[in-house]
Amino acid sequence: MSPGLDAAPGIVAVAVVTIATLVIGTWGLRFSRTTSDFFVASRTVRPRLNASAIGGEYLSAASFLGVAGLVLTFGADMLWYPVGWTAGYLVLLVLVAAPLRRSGAYTLPDFAEARLGSRSVRAVCSLLVVAIGWLYLLPQFQGAGITLRSTLGAPTWVGPVIVGLVVLANVTSGGMRSITFVQAFQYWLKLTALLVPGAVLLVVWAGDSTPLRAGADGWSMPLAAGGNQGLYVTYSLIVATFLGTMGLPHVVVRFYTNPDGRAARRTTLVVLALLGVFYLLPPLYGALGRVYAPELAESGRSDALVLELPRIMLDGPAGELLTGLVTAGAFAAFLSTSSGLSIAVAGVLSQDVTGRPWAGRRLGGVAAFRLGAVVAVTVPCVVALAAPNLGVARAVGLAFAMAASTFCPLLLLGIWWRRLTPPGAITGLLAGGLGSGVAIAWTLGTSRPSGWADALMGQPAAWTFPLALTTMIVVSLLTTHRIPTHAGRFLVRLHTPETLDLDRG
Amino acid sequence: MSEPGAAPERVRVTGPPRRRTPAARTADIDDETRLGGMYMGSLLREQLRLAVGVLSVLALTLGLLPLAFHLFPRLADVEVLGAPLAWVLLGVVAYPTLLLLGWVYVRRAERNERDFAELVSEVER
Repeated sequence: MSPGLDAAPGIVAVAVVTIATLVIGTWGLRFSRTTSDFFVASRTVRPRLNASAIGGEYLSAASFLGVAGLVLTFGADMLWYPVGWTAGYLVLLVLVAAPLRRSGAYTLPDFAEARLGSRSVRAVCSLLVVAIGWLYLLPQFQGAGITLRSTLGAPTWVGPVIVGLVVLANVTSGGMRSITFVQAFQYWLKLTALLVPGAVLLVVWAGDSTPLRAGADGWSMPLAAGGNQGLYVTYSLIVATFLGTMGLPHVVVRFYTNPDGRAARRTTLVVLALLGVFYLLPPLYGALGRVYAPELAESGRSDALVLELPRIMLDGPAGELLTGLVTAGAFAAFLSTSSGLSIAVAGVLSQDVTGRPWAGRRLGGVAAFRLGAVVAVTVPCVVALAAPNLGVARAVGLAFAMAASTFCPLLLLGIWWRRLTPPGAITGLLAGGLGSGVAIAWTLGTSRPSGWADALMGQPAAWTFPLALTTMIVVSLLTTHRIPTHAGRFLVRLHTPETLDLDRG
Repeated sequence: MSEPGAAPERVRVTGPPRRRTPAARTADIDDETRLGGMYMGSLLREQLRLAVGVLSVLALTLGLLPLAFHLFPRLADVEVLGAPLAWVLLGVVAYPTLLLLGWVYVRRAERNERDFAELVSEVER
């Protein structure tokens, strides 16, 4: 596609979203007065606003573009991605939400250190936060490249660079309070940007009276192809998404902004509703794409389906207008998720790397955070330019698998089992981290997966999660003398309602 | 404002003690007595039982879908309201189900916490 008139709606959309993001961020800054505002919005964010913000941050390029593309290419088994991403919040709600808020931890390494009283556990957690954060940021940047190429005809490198710069500007200047407004705005923008075009396209389809092409090629099977292997792959995906959500670095930070544990639960419930409404839409695009744009799947450009479908189905200004709207939504998806992840990674980097004394000199808090942010954004941005495109949702799936096999067992045992010890936590984190890391490297190096080995490596969570969990339990039982002395007191803090007047350590 | 040199000695101002009464059962939890451990154990067990219950329902509904379709591939041909069964279940029905499970959980978890608060706030006679 040549740039020119065609590119106008896309350019307008990207410009409007960028400006709106920066303006709302600045407006929100007027409410940020204290340090506590800056980092945790003074913990006074109401459940509904907070839930919109969580939804805005969580619905990434994978949700906005990837799901529709995967459904177009593979069919109903890919519906497990959006279902799993929503069910992950239910698992988080029942096992983690209130205790995590009551722990008072701001990041996952903070939680690990507070619970186990060990600097080494903290170091391993910091390493994993950076690894998972970068794995998750990579597809966001690559998705931005696809979006701008598809709607503006821009070279692929433009998208990652623009998103990287805007995120950096926002993250280094704004605090948590202003980001909360930005993210909440972006949830509603993303929902509108899929809902309105989706409704119009549905009317167009009804007018055409073309039948949906279900067919017998496995498109209506909620199961990956390949018999027993397909069954394994599907269940492993379910494990990764259901359990991985609670271990994502940018999700945890959001819980800290709730006033108390009860509000954390209610926020999560609203998040479940918001995600449910949003995820009704991407499969609709996939199904319509099956009728109107099957060639996108054949040419390997299925990630662009959501962006190109309005133009394919509608001629003239209406198609252009809707293209502008979906482009705006996609761009909001990159900005919000990348901002959230960059804050989480930069926070950890500034606490554990850039804020440390180097050669006798030590950077101040804000300078360390800014340097951390630059590193957090630059590395995945450069890798996104150099690495081959994995497919947006698939790369995010690997990040979920790693989170499910490292932080998920740590949180589960840390919250519900008094006898977890630092050596148990470290060996478990290493086992899960190495297992999923090797699997991810294997998958990146395999171009045409076939056979059991590739299936086990392509969806590792079904074996890496139990591996990490059992390692943590067994090693903890072998090192009972290392149970932290404050473990009992810490569980009191995690589980008792705040209204009770108790000693919480 | 008095001169800095002649400042009076600082007086520590304290409020009344925050514990309502030392006999409240919260003291057992604070002192980590066996009784306090039992109170905490009961709260943890109740909350964990609730969580496991909700997750079991999730596993036995959504979780069994892949196995069902694997064992009975003919399910893929079933249509509901003109759409394939798998699409109706995973594309639409799954989300309200998840929300309902979450809502039930939040109500029960808050009730467990209220019960616990009432139990430990009672004063021993």
